Amino acid sequence: MPKFVVRIEDTGEQYACADGRSVLVGMEALGKKGIPVGCRQGGCGVCKVQVLEGEFTRRVMSRAHVSAEEERSGCVLSCRIYPSSDLRIRVVGAMKKNVCRPALPTGTPSVEPA
Amino acid sequence: MSMTGVLRPGHAQIRVLDLEESVKGYTDVMGLKPMGRDSQGRAYLKTRAERDHNSVILRQADHAGMDFFGFKVLDKATLDNLEKKLQAYGVATERVPAGDLLETGERVRFKIPTGHTIELYAEKTAVGSGVGCTNPDMDVIDQPGITPIRLDHCLIYGDDLDGARDLFVNVLGFTLVERVKLEDGKTDLAGWLTCRAKAHDIAIVRHSEKDKMHHVSFQLGTWEQVLRAADIMSKNRVSLDIGPTRHAITNGTTIYFFEPSGNRLETFSGGYDHYPDMEPITWTWDEVGAGIFYHDRKLNDAFLSVVT
Repeated sequence: MPKFVVRIEDTGEQYACADGRSVLVGMEALGKKGIPVGCRQGGCGVCKVQVLEGEFTRRVMSRAHVSAEEERSGCVLSCRIYPSSDLRIRVVGAMKKNVCRPALPTGTPSVEPA
Repeated sequence: MSMTGVLRPGHAQIRVLDLEESVKGYTDVMGLKPMGRDSQGRAYLKTRAERDHNSVILRQADHAGMDFFGFKVLDKATLDNLEKKLQAYGVATERVPAGDLLETGERVRFKIPTGHTIELYAEKTAVGSGVGCTNPDMDVIDQPGITPIRLDHCLIYGDDLDGARDLFVNVLGFTLVERVKLEDGKTDLAGWLTCRAKAHDIAIVRHSEKDKMHHVSFQLGTWEQVLRAADIMSKNRVSLDIGPTRHAITNGTTIYFFEPSGNRLETFSGGYDHYPDMEPITWTWDEVGAGIFYHDRKLNDAFLSVVT
């Protein structure tokens, strides 16, 4: 069973993502942290990441959170991508749509500490 | 108020990213019954115990969320009357022709101030439950899926909570059952409303964006069945949000989980009766964690931020 190493650049955390698990679920399964966890099903957009390096396969994800252009540039929901090589990623999602913390204006860089 | 206006939640149309995968999840794992497809490709389902033709409609889309939530009203005269009341209140209404949804009559559609689309309708073909109406047996769950009793309520997130709540209360005859206050002690963060004598038929949380879905909920009979649902979810690797646990608000025992497109669903049991003469229950900001998750006594980030 191939296991590819995923490195989260924001925190320096890295883990071996088991075959068949998404980048997000692979992280959670090992008790690791770094990418915010939402629905794990491509719908809510919370776990959005930029893949800086590496190959992956993907499943359908919500266009409300990842535009076709973003997807082409490696901006994806980590719950919907499966590593096919080691990956380096950066978190761009984060829990910003909170009732206590109003949503950032469109276009505001959304990199936040995890 | 004795069941003459809005009767109950009747249907929810949910957007899904992969229709076939979703239909499989709603049937094999949830245990809903497939009730056909329409010319637009939408898939219809109902619970085994529901008598009307459909309660869940799945529509393939490029993003998740809920298109609309519908309430059944007593009859066509009630529908006409409520439409007039909505218009008099300044709400623009639209008639969706009978048959647009399978086995469903004409619907009155309108937007509430939180941006959500709500529908009222009087007719949906009564196809009957699994046990019928004459000398019915108990419906013993003899299939592997969760098999809830009914579509019970939804929780929506949107900006103008006050406007939406007032519309349900002043025009549609709902009663406020519980509410959560923000830190200022005045502003409502959330409200739970019923159209009959339940703990809730719809709930609304104040949120920065319009027209967001927090969850659609299905009723189970017992806490034991909530645990059974959790076992079925884990066995099927369903994405769990929280639970099994208990809400102090509504007293429901609950599991929040995500269906295959990331829309949050709930399976719950319990609740209580609320009548229109009763004072609403109020939760203060410092105890909201316990109100929502009674055992943990704290809010989790996902409850407030993960919506579709």
